[in-house]
Amino acid sequence: MLIKNNLPAEDTYVTVADDAPLPDGAVVVSLKRFRAERSDLLARNQKLGIVLDSDQSPEALGSDLDRLSLVVLEFPKFRDGRPFSWARILRTRLKFTGEIRARGDFLYDQIAFLKRVGVDAFELPPSITPELFARALTEMTNVYQPSADGRTTIVAMR
Amino acid sequence: MPQLLTANRLIDGRVLYWRGGGWVENLDEAEGFTDAAVADTALAAAKEFVARNLVVNPYLFEVKDGRPVKEREIIRAAGPSVRTDLGKQAKYGSTGTTSPAAPERDDDVSI
Amino acid sequence: MYRYDEFDARFVAERTEQFRFQVQRRLNGELTEDQFKPLRLMNGLYLQLHAYMLRIAVPYGTLSARQLRKLAEIARKYDKGYGHFTTRQNMQFNWPKLKDVPDILAELATVEMHCIQTSGNCIRNVTADHFAGAAADEIEDPRPVAELIRQWSSLHPEFSFLPRKFKIAVIAAPHDRAALRYHDAAVEIVKNDEGRTGYRVWVGGGMGRTPYLAYVVGDFVEKPDLLGFLEAIMRVYNENGRRDNIFKARIKILAHSIGEDEMRERVLREFQEIKTSGYLQVPDEERARIAAYFAPPDFERLTDEALPTDGDLGRWIVNNVTPHKQPGYAVATISLKPIGGVPGDISADQLDAVAQLMDDFGLTEIRASHEQNLVLPHVRQKDLPAVFARLQVLGLATPNAGLITDIICCPGLDYCDLANARSIPVAQEIAKRFADLDRQEDIGELKIKMSGCINACGHHHAGHIGILGVDKKGVEYYQLLLGGSAAEDASIGEIMGPGFGEHEIADAVERVVDVYLKLRRPGERFLDTYRRLGMEPFKNVAYGEQLHAAH
Ligand code: SF4
Repeated sequence: MLIKNNLPAEDTYVTVADDAPLPDGAVVVSLKRFRAERSDLLARNQKLGIVLDSDQSPEALGSDLDRLSLVVLEFPKFRDGRPFSWARILRTRLKFTGEIRARGDFLYDQIAFLKRVGVDAFELPPSITPELFARALTEMTNVYQPSADGRTTIVAMR
Repeated sequence: MPQLLTANRLIDGRVLYWRGGGWVENLDEAEGFTDAAVADTALAAAKEFVARNLVVNPYLFEVKDGRPVKEREIIRAAGPSVRTDLGKQAKYGSTGTTSPAAPERDDDVSI
Repeated sequence: MYRYDEFDARFVAERTEQFRFQVQRRLNGELTEDQFKPLRLMNGLYLQLHAYMLRIAVPYGTLSARQLRKLAEIARKYDKGYGHFTTRQNMQFNWPKLKDVPDILAELATVEMHCIQTSGNCIRNVTADHFAGAAADEIEDPRPVAELIRQWSSLHPEFSFLPRKFKIAVIAAPHDRAALRYHDAAVEIVKNDEGRTGYRVWVGGGMGRTPYLAYVVGDFVEKPDLLGFLEAIMRVYNENGRRDNIFKARIKILAHSIGEDEMRERVLREFQEIKTSGYLQVPDEERARIAAYFAPPDFERLTDEALPTDGDLGRWIVNNVTPHKQPGYAVATISLKPIGGVPGDISADQLDAVAQLMDDFGLTEIRASHEQNLVLPHVRQKDLPAVFARLQVLGLATPNAGLITDIICCPGLDYCDLANARSIPVAQEIAKRFADLDRQEDIGELKIKMSGCINACGHHHAGHIGILGVDKKGVEYYQLLLGGSAAEDASIGEIMGPGFGEHEIADAVERVVDVYLKLRRPGERFLDTYRRLGMEPFKNVAYGEQLHAAH
């Protein structure tokens, strides 16, 4: 199930394998395919997303980022914490305003962290219901450090 | 060499040994396997207990004359060698013997 | 000492409930062990040989009497009546039950304590000089900086799933009592040429399988920039640290494979980026707010006393008492290394009694040191005889601080699931060999540090004499290392050669010490003699040959 901006949402993107033909409409492709077919993909004038594997930094995208409306951060396993940095860089440094989506092996217990670094969409496994998702965001009321979510920190509240 | 099957209980972490389709706490009461195939069958059965979230990390280890070969398993079966008043040694005596030492205050949780 | 405000209190209370929910889901089977393990470790909970082990954070080692009493209560109620102080200034309980841990955390929260980030692949609890606020040589108290880092790193959204653990230490004195250069990162409070205070930041130290000493990446980081600078280091590490091999995942491997120049450049580049995109600055008021909690106690106007140097009291004073910056005061080390005891262990009754002693002598705080001792930072010199007498009754007056029997020792195979060999019995055997105080004092400063496996929790690389337990086909063996130091003259010990058996290692240590006694020059510590002569003369006798060498 897709959760976007904290609510269940319909997924309007189709993720396309590297060797599959492109359907009409919004698609998500790998960074590799994006590089190989960059001009064709941009010329479609459709919404376009790419998937970043956990070892792919968004900084490599350069100004192409402006043409993307979605970046999917892939978690190969939940212990791989690189996507947390990618999300934060996307939001804080590269000022990306499109959708950042978490996909793959992440846990309920990481949702609040992901939210804080700027992820706003989640492809939830069946074990995480929308109710649980909402609960994850209420566990810790306050935060000590600034991040990409613009929340007021404890230091500022003091 | 004969083998025993061991695991830790999830809820309190205590060391367990396999006997007849279930678990005991005292190594001296554990079931010894001389046949590797039988041991593997028991290990597979133990994994059912993992799936039911009752134990973690079951594995087989070797014993000789009823005593573990490796120091690690001797200590797991007994308790800290530097605190003989604590652990299983306090409850059941040292492994391979039957003389119980002073019982330890411990409300162990059973499965 | 630092006191929680409403925000800190709520944070810790909510973290406890968060963990309670994690435990509940584990017991229900909603979390597998593979999923639960990193989560429980982030809250200090291990599964060891006999049971779970809970590691409680003692931020930068500072404790109040009230906290000691709570630890004693937990030891009795949920454990087996004792606890263990570790080399990271924490306390461990060896027998808690998983189902009880949320309740233990709730109890800890009532005295402003917790287990947050005492393990796991995250920024660990921050350590600091255990003489902070009392040492005559410090520029300022390092603990406000440590507290600032503690808060910033608590549930950091970006850096909680790092390639591996990340340990930070803070010191503010030229004499390093916190093993700075063995940390993933370290902050040294320094004054620049203009007399302004700032931070020298180190990166890339660590022990374990491949020990390295840290080097400097920030020569002088301005005060408001510290957290931004640390964030730059963390990001370079999170992005580039190896995740394919657990033994190569620490920042020390990255730092020493790309080298000092490249590391500096990457950190500075990242720091510039952080600055450009608007970054975390610590306002002066916040630093002042935190620092105020660490204001020194109201010292009485006293003058220095003539302290006894003979008899039992005199011995204890000579060995365990250190000068204080305030006239008439002293720093007293309570050794947790009684001859034949378990290094770092303390009973619930002793915890209570030490709390009572603190109350009776007006002592508001006590410290846990990375050397696994306790430190009373602000004792009136005129109280020393009475304090000593009380400690004697408690079995806590061993006058061996810094001597050969003041051994750092990890729990080893008696408790630890990762161990290759036992370490405590070896420490006990060595301590018994050298129990004679005249002999200990003649030997002088000699730091023995021992680990039960390559993870090096017992800092064996940093021992003047280091001992490492290894496993040879299920049998315990011990390697000897010489020449390590964790102080400002930091060095990594050198392995002597093949390991010694369980019953040979104490003999080998004794022979090595005898060589030192024969070959030392006046005023030389063991370490100095080793550095002058190298491994050869020690190796020649350690394996049982005769000592021929003479001057
Ligand atoms: S050094 Fe090894 S044996 Fe000792 S406590 Fe650490 S992991 Fe365990």
